[in-house]
Amino acid sequence: MTTTKGSVTGVNGNMVTVKVDGAVSMNEVAFIVLGDKRLKAEVIRVRGDSVQTQVFEITKGIKVGTQVEFSGEMLAVELGPGLLGKIYDGLQNPLPEVAIKTGNFLEAGVYLDALPRGAVWAWTPTAKPGDAAERGDQLGTVPEGSFTHRIMVPFNLFGSYTVKSLAPAGSYKITDTVAILVDEDGHESAVTMMFEWPVKRAVDCYAERLKPVEPMVTKTRIIDTFFPVAKGGTYCIPGPFGAGKTVLQQVTSRNADVDIVIIAACGERAGEVVETLKEFPELMDPRTGKSLMERTIIVCNTSSMPVAAREASVYTAVTMAEYYRQMGLDVLLLADSTSRWAQAMREMSGRLEEIPGEEAFPAYLESVIASFYERAGIVRLRDGGKGSVTIGGTVSPAGGNFEEPVTQATLKVVGAFHGLSRERSDARKYPAIHPLDSWSKYGGIMSQDSVAWAHWFLERGSEVGQMMKVVGEEGTSLDDFLVYLKGEFLDAVYLQQNSFDPVDASVSPQRQKAVFAKTIKVLGSSFDFKDKESARTWFNGLRQTFLDMNSVEWDSDAYKKADSGLTDFVASRATGLDPKAVRILESLE
Amino acid sequence: MKKVYSRIESITGNVIAVRADGVSYGELAEVSTRFGVSLAEVIRLDGDLVSLQVFAGGRGISTGDEVRFLGNPMRVSFSDALKGRIFNGAGEPRDRGPVLSENLIPIGGPSVNPVNRIIPREMIRTGIPMIDLFNTLVKSQKLPIFSVSGEPYNQLLARIAMQAEVDLIILGGMGLKHDDYLYFKDTLEEGGSLAKTIMFVHTAADPVVECLMVPDISLAVAERFALKGLNVLVLLTDMTNFSDALKEIAITQEQVPSNRGYPGDLYSQLASRYEKAVDFSDSGSITILAVTTMPGDDVTHPVPDNTGYITEGQFYLKGGRIEPFGSLSRLKQMVNGKTRADHRAIMDGMIKLFAAYRDTLEKKSMGFQMSAWDKKLLKYGELFESQMMDLSVNIPLEKALDKGWEILAECFEPEETGLQTKLLDQFWPKKA
Ligand SMILES: Nc1ncnc2c1ncn2[C@@H]1O[C@H](COP(=O)(O)OP(=O)(O)OP(=O)(O)O)[C@@H](O)[C@H]1O
Ligand SMILES: [Mg+2]
Repeated sequence: MTTTKGSVTGVNGNMVTVKVDGAVSMNEVAFIVLGDKRLKAEVIRVRGDSVQTQVFEITKGIKVGTQVEFSGEMLAVELGPGLLGKIYDGLQNPLPEVAIKTGNFLEAGVYLDALPRGAVWAWTPTAKPGDAAERGDQLGTVPEGSFTHRIMVPFNLFGSYTVKSLAPAGSYKITDTVAILVDEDGHESAVTMMFEWPVKRAVDCYAERLKPVEPMVTKTRIIDTFFPVAKGGTYCIPGPFGAGKTVLQQVTSRNADVDIVIIAACGERAGEVVETLKEFPELMDPRTGKSLMERTIIVCNTSSMPVAAREASVYTAVTMAEYYRQMGLDVLLLADSTSRWAQAMREMSGRLEEIPGEEAFPAYLESVIASFYERAGIVRLRDGGKGSVTIGGTVSPAGGNFEEPVTQATLKVVGAFHGLSRERSDARKYPAIHPLDSWSKYGGIMSQDSVAWAHWFLERGSEVGQMMKVVGEEGTSLDDFLVYLKGEFLDAVYLQQNSFDPVDASVSPQRQKAVFAKTIKVLGSSFDFKDKESARTWFNGLRQTFLDMNSVEWDSDAYKKADSGLTDFVASRATGLDPKAVRILESLE
Repeated sequence: MKKVYSRIESITGNVIAVRADGVSYGELAEVSTRFGVSLAEVIRLDGDLVSLQVFAGGRGISTGDEVRFLGNPMRVSFSDALKGRIFNGAGEPRDRGPVLSENLIPIGGPSVNPVNRIIPREMIRTGIPMIDLFNTLVKSQKLPIFSVSGEPYNQLLARIAMQAEVDLIILGGMGLKHDDYLYFKDTLEEGGSLAKTIMFVHTAADPVVECLMVPDISLAVAERFALKGLNVLVLLTDMTNFSDALKEIAITQEQVPSNRGYPGDLYSQLASRYEKAVDFSDSGSITILAVTTMPGDDVTHPVPDNTGYITEGQFYLKGGRIEPFGSLSRLKQMVNGKTRADHRAIMDGMIKLFAAYRDTLEKKSMGFQMSAWDKKLLKYGELFESQMMDLSVNIPLEKALDKGWEILAECFEPEETGLQTKLLDQFWPKKA
């Protein structure tokens, strides 16, 4: 706590101007003292002795002359064992604990410890006295659920240290000293199991950043096969309201093949978070056999919660993600919706009377979005291990039009784009990722070659479909019509996936490969239909058979039966196989 | 006694500024003009310069008029005495009843802690098949009616209010036409519901600032009753007027607009109201039905667009009917699995066939020939429109499902419906 104090000179919405009597730093936390409440605020502009702060609470009741205290610390989160399974607000306030204290409503000025102080952890030292140590190096471990949680040299201990002593194995609270480090000048630092890190600074205690190449499997076919995401990569999901952004992220948060999922519900509906937090404890994580909640952290600053805390919430989330990455884990951060975060910036920028850019967003919108997504990445740690943070953000463009600042700024920096279309969601083609507009720069679970080949049917099929709208079926050749049917078939049985079917909702890479091969076989086959009507009828039958198979449990007898039934169905009409398809099928085996 | 200030420094639109000390952000003041006394709310503090938004508007205010600060933010009286009463946007009686001033509660309070919410689970019956059967309304849902002026959206609202089994109805009128206000009053009176209704009505003739208060007052009262265990239905009409009032204030305040003149915080402003919809685990609930008129029938207009991003679906009222396409209740799957075994199947199946009917209509209009199947669809579409979509149809869900089967049987063979054999065996009407 510094001794700087100030008093309020102006209030405009959640922006409060303060005249200060001493030093302040940018992004420092201040408290506005309102009766017996202390409202948290962050310094966002300094001009001489006049400082502007954004207040993380409703500002009603503040007066000119109200006292302000400055903390000397930047807005930070607590890091240590006990984060997993927690539900926080944007400032890392644990919401269930807040509910115990204040009941149904979120009262201003209530800030509780993010990490429970009473919990005890089974500490095992792994470093030895005399070891050299730097920030981020492991000193010992504690078990946290099914993870081995590394207790590390706090990221804010810059410089080189030598381990002087370590607490013997045993049970400790997070505030107990577990190690003593000595710096080059002989100064000692006591290390506990927790420390704080400022949310707006990227954690950088790793050896090097690597290129994201390994696919992060989501078990959603259209993503893993056509528009894959890599571990340590970034992707965005823009789409108009109701197109399925949230459902897609919910499905991904359940199924993603990563160690830890952090859900940042940023300025969206509270009800959607409720679904997650009531259901996750009941759902099993197939990787560990434990409840999904044990690998999940929810940061929730929903749309009616204070706007400034919404701006902070994505940083709170990504900082915790970086912390677990430092333990050699793969972390997925899902942010819904980054547009609400950008709008929070816009509101504040307006109050600061900054020169506005397009649609009144601040001129620095692009660089802020870019530096947020830059915090994703797969890294090699100093001990040689690897860890990753993957970031997926939804975007809610005004009017559903992607030509708007947030979508455009995001598209410049992400590695994959899953664009949802109103047309597809209206037609109930879920997930409504548009197969022609979307793209990914990452490699997925199939060869690029095979994917490109299959994708051609979607492109050409859609062209034929467009043409048919003008010239009618009569004016379309049977060959073109067949390509159209094949494109529609690929769409119906592979791209579309029923999120509410227990089997179809999550498809393993193994099954995707098997099913993809089946589709390739259909796409590559030649048929001799006598007319369009018989071709359509046959494809309708094929589609139904395929969809039935999609909801049969993998590797079960029923699946095998459905699978061979399907093979016979295709064989009954196919007259040959394209040589390219033959090669692809060989490569898939 | 609070100090009286009698020098107004500036008057811009509905906002005045005075130099004063010790004033809180959000505090109320009384401005006395020769037209009477109006409330005003502090919307900005800058040194000793205090900006206030005057409820009655800036027109006719003189720089010499008096401003008296009240030392408290906007509040509303809360008690059972509210029931059956009608107020304006400032909370003053509109009927001839007494002024209520006991038990004042603040408006625009904090939001509910998300962990204390529960997953919605109860259907609200309306007797309208397009809602009950196809897009079920759920207790604690927030749902707007997207429409254009001229459509009978207020009639629809009134009808749902009359039929829904709720303990309390709160009507928040914004920019309401006087005729519509009387319509609501008469309808509720005739239906015997006036005693369980509270109205906060701002009409098109009232000062625009008062319009801004209506949702907060309505919802603050709703919240208190919900905490007492009541299931409250809040009707807000028309939220586009509310948004336009926000726009007007923002522009006179010289805020940089984000989109078609609307302020950048339109989303947050709307969300903080709609998110008041809630089901408390240990007491009552708030369900919000709102009207959002779409200028030019354009759903990408900032008001319906931002609304769509906030609410849990929407009813699209067009041509006097709730359109199956463009309408969506995002919460319907939480309840329609436990109504009747055929509910979901009829819902999906009939809509698919109706989509096919629309395609056929298009083909027909382009002069293509009608096949036997097309003819069946045409017949089906007509029956669907007259017996399901028509707003005069008023039947419980179960009757609507039966009606659905009848329509299907009248037009199709069982296997043409795409419905599961199991359901067909159970529900397909037997030929007499
Ligand atoms: N994969 C899916 N399968 C079935 N239905 C879906 C799927 N995705 C979305 N839906 C339907 O669409 C509705 C809206 O989806 P969702 O809430 O994900 O939209 P959104 O894009 O997040 O919208 P908003 O921007 O308003 O938050 C859901 O309530 C559900 O009815
Ligand atoms: Mg969403």
